[in-house]
Amino acid sequence: MTVSEILDPLLTAESWKQAGRNVAIATVIETWGSAPRPTGSHLVIDGDGNFEGSVSGGCVEGAVITEALDVIESGAPKMLEFGVADETAWRVGLSCGGRIRVYVERLG
Amino acid sequence: MQLEALTKLNAARRSRRAAVVVTDLAGDDARVILEGEATSGPLGEEIAKAFRSGKAGTVEVEGQSLFLNVHLPPPRIVVIGAVHISQALARLAPVAGYDLTIIDPRTAFATEERFEGVALIADWPEDVLKDRPLDAYTALAAVTHDPKIDDFPLSEALRVGCFYVGALGSRKTHAKRVERLKELGRTDNEIGRIAAPIGLDIGAASPAEIALATLAQIVQAFRRRDLVTVG
Repeated sequence: MTVSEILDPLLTAESWKQAGRNVAIATVIETWGSAPRPTGSHLVIDGDGNFEGSVSGGCVEGAVITEALDVIESGAPKMLEFGVADETAWRVGLSCGGRIRVYVERLG
Repeated sequence: MQLEALTKLNAARRSRRAAVVVTDLAGDDARVILEGEATSGPLGEEIAKAFRSGKAGTVEVEGQSLFLNVHLPPPRIVVIGAVHISQALARLAPVAGYDLTIIDPRTAFATEERFEGVALIADWPEDVLKDRPLDAYTALAAVTHDPKIDDFPLSEALRVGCFYVGALGSRKTHAKRVERLKELGRTDNEIGRIAAPIGLDIGAASPAEIALATLAQIVQAFRRRDLVTVG
């Protein structure tokens, strides 16, 4: 097995940046319970909202992308936390019941 | 993270070198440390731990909260010899998450029919390893019994520091092999790393059992491996 040249978020981030695009990297920093993607997983986002990779099974990517656009704009990193999707206070969450912390930074 | 750091990280991943990314969560600063690069102090210890476990996580070092992300090359197995044991090993290895390639120049053994769906190269190891070099995250199992085929890849595996080097053969066969490997320039220390007879001692008798014992020994070698010390 070698590093796959396609679908690899970190290789994608490098080539996007080299092509002059603004890029943010989101990383799973911590997980509790049954989180779908392990600590260290990446989602990379460009200034137009294009993305590659994942930090969950698709549950919170939309919210991370929105925050990433902010990070690209401001340059200041953000720490995001997502918990269980709950019917009363439902925005975005993890239907699996886990919690994750995601660090979003701009690629300089 | 700066593009420079990401480029260094991706270059390491492409060339199958282990790397740890150290991110200061307060200061928005990331460094890439390759396995074998000197690190010292409490952070150095945490980095060494991360390389060994392969697990990412946050550590507190001298009042700083640091996230260590570990990028290890996926471990793989190279088998020299398209024999009965290899047929079983080729089925077992993917179950344990290991990628497996078989090399054997004897076209009577290395047939598509015997190894359906397996990465099989019917060529001499000398030629194959030129394009697909062995590395610290590769296990090498030499099972042909034929010195003409086994000796070169065994020597090469010891030279580059494969995390596991195993060779099939009785103790008597191995004693002769030791002499030949010395002639190829391998040191006593290097030769001492060879698992021979191959496989954990579970009393394996059939080819499938020997394959199982070998795979278990490979897993043990990977989980308990020493860190690479040369850059």
